[in-house]
Amino acid sequence: MDAILLQILNGLDKGAAYALIALGLTLVFGTLGVVNFAHGAIFMLGAFCAVTFNRVLSMSTKVRDESVTLFEAFKEVPILTTKFPVVGPVILDYAVPLSLLVAIPIMLLLGFAMERGLIRHFYKRPHADQILVTFGLAIILQEIIKHYFGANPIPQSAPAAFAGSANISAYFGVGENIIYPWWRLIYLAFSVFIISCVFAFLHLTTFGMVVRAGMQDREMVGMLGINIQRRFSIVFGMAAVVAGMAGVMYTPILPPDYHMGMDFLVLSFVVVVVGGMGSLGGAVAAGFLLGILQSFASMNEVKSIIPGIDQIIIYLVAVVVLLVLPRGLLGRKGVMED
Amino acid sequence: MSNKKTPLSTWTRRDVLKASAASTAIAGAPMFFSRHAYGADFLNNPGDGKTVTLGFNVPQSGAYADEGADELRAFELAVEHLNGGGDGGMLNTMQPGNLKGNGILGKKVEYVTGDTQTKSDAARASAKRMIEKDGVVMVSGGSSSGVAIAVQGLCQEAGIIFMAGLTHSNDTTGKDKKANGFRHFFNGYMSGAALGPVLEKAYGKDRRAYHLTADYTWGWTQEQSIQASTENIGWTTEQKVLTPVGAGDFSQYITPILNSDADTLILNHYGKDMINSLTQAVQFGLRDKSVNGKDFQIIVPLYSRLMAQGAAENVKGIYGSTNWHWSLQDEGSKAFVKSFGAKFGNPPSQAAHTCYVQTLLYADAAERAGTFEPCQIAKALEGHKFDGMGNGPTEYRAEDHQCFKDVLVVKGKENPSSQFDLLEIVEVTPRAQVEYAPDHEMFAGGDLGSCNNGA
Repeated sequence: MDAILLQILNGLDKGAAYALIALGLTLVFGTLGVVNFAHGAIFMLGAFCAVTFNRVLSMSTKVRDESVTLFEAFKEVPILTTKFPVVGPVILDYAVPLSLLVAIPIMLLLGFAMERGLIRHFYKRPHADQILVTFGLAIILQEIIKHYFGANPIPQSAPAAFAGSANISAYFGVGENIIYPWWRLIYLAFSVFIISCVFAFLHLTTFGMVVRAGMQDREMVGMLGINIQRRFSIVFGMAAVVAGMAGVMYTPILPPDYHMGMDFLVLSFVVVVVGGMGSLGGAVAAGFLLGILQSFASMNEVKSIIPGIDQIIIYLVAVVVLLVLPRGLLGRKGVMED
Repeated sequence: MSNKKTPLSTWTRRDVLKASAASTAIAGAPMFFSRHAYGADFLNNPGDGKTVTLGFNVPQSGAYADEGADELRAFELAVEHLNGGGDGGMLNTMQPGNLKGNGILGKKVEYVTGDTQTKSDAARASAKRMIEKDGVVMVSGGSSSGVAIAVQGLCQEAGIIFMAGLTHSNDTTGKDKKANGFRHFFNGYMSGAALGPVLEKAYGKDRRAYHLTADYTWGWTQEQSIQASTENIGWTTEQKVLTPVGAGDFSQYITPILNSDADTLILNHYGKDMINSLTQAVQFGLRDKSVNGKDFQIIVPLYSRLMAQGAAENVKGIYGSTNWHWSLQDEGSKAFVKSFGAKFGNPPSQAAHTCYVQTLLYADAAERAGTFEPCQIAKALEGHKFDGMGNGPTEYRAEDHQCFKDVLVVKGKENPSSQFDLLEIVEVTPRAQVEYAPDHEMFAGGDLGSCNNGA
């Protein structure tokens, strides 16, 4: 029982990451009609916003290790902790969540710049051209990151208060020995919050209403005198912010490296297709569904029956869903259909 | 009577003369167009040229790119020292030493590099280009055993010496060994043999081990080796789980451990996978867990400093093994660390060390053989005993082309004094303890075959 509950929790946690990235992908596709292969790179850039912010906060004085004479070995003492002994360590401890404050404007600007500077020139081009240009952009971005940060993952710590694990059994009286890392639970809650905010924004504001109308019939909205293009550019920026925030908060779970965006991108595209192209609800539902299935497929009991199922389950489910429901779980008629 | 002539009868004296001239030209052509054709009794013979080219094939992109960058630095340093530059490094400590700093056999050493991308097909394509286009006499490099085995096979077919870099799978000098391939780095069996007694001393005889293993040749053979050594000290194996290489998030493989009876997790992961799986295992509270009255422990059988840097705080107190460490105080290690530190500002990794040593060993063998002919160099390396290269007295065993030497058991340091001071040496396991018979079951099934000159 404990094992099943743990895998459900793990699946929700995985699914939250997939859903957040897939949500941004679907937003961009649904509004601008662009298949954005650079979306994973935006997730990665968000993570590196946290790394950079942490490095700035951790600027240090170097205390030379005199016992080593063959090269320069030193221990770093962060200036923040020596100048501000009370507040400094706290700020350093909370560097990851604090870096959201920096990442949000940066990702918004980056999203605008990408859309205005490059992607808008490809709106009327075939999807193959869009895929090529955004994929090329993703490769350029990840090579830039590799050049400056190296290829190895760079670990980021969760705040000390959330670094350990929560005893779910003790808190909620469920199961006997369900222990789960605090930060993963926070990530799950954060994802649900962000997804809710995006849905609320699109459904409860005038801006969101116009955007949804534009997603349905762009020309009609334009004929009503609304500059839908400008709103769609804002949506692109918003999608970049969502992916960037997902990247920032994911750093204590998976030490970021230059390739992390590409690792998530493929899975997120499968999530979008399974959910239904252009369907925000579908992307979220498929994200959680595939996360849970992947988690269960990794159980030793399952793998002993079908070896290697953990590595193909997502693609297997995608095939089955598309055979039964060609538009995906919640796909709309007419999207990507000639 | 027919007037029809046979074809031969149509030939005139002039035709015969023309045909003879053409035949002579065709027969002689290779001698004009092939460089040093008269002396070409082996592939890429540098002949009377003033230079000789070595090929360094390392991961310059992909998961092991940082390790590859360190390997390239080591190769660059080795070439500099071979050509008489710098302070000479291990040329001054190598025993017996035949290298004078005047290149190899009086020829200046040049090198070309390739990017393996940590993929077998890319590594083979890169090595093929070096052999066919750049005319290298030797290929060296790593990392990844899958890559090393693939390139070793290519070098065997082509007739070039392969001096393996970082490759730890038993198969490299086991079932996939080749007459043209040589490995200085240690292997999974040696890690197990060295770690076993240390683990027994630290954690006792009654433990239940859970393996998470990278799903390729290196992971399989390391798992087999560590399982054998831990069961030899009385431990039992609770579960063995294969994980995809580059999985990123290992949480779905870690959660079942929480509900198992295992009290020890053995991570047969390397590089980025090890950094991620160890970090996540610690996050899931495994190190704070207690099973059957015992503190849960994690073991990383193959460690590297570059990995330890990636895993940061999480490596503290965790046991593993390594081929070499910069803090060793023998003359060879000190000379190498001094040269490397002065040139690049940081200590060399174990990957850098093995690549540097392999380059010098190849050069030394060529000097002793008096030729670049692969089979003569192989003969010079087989059974060669040397010292002063950082691992104590070492021997290149003739039967399988594996180096036998001491192995280091290390532990993540609790209180590092610098950014490089991450591992402490717990024990230098003597060679005798990690040695095995050439026909040991973990290395069975292969055949060196015969050396190929590529002529």
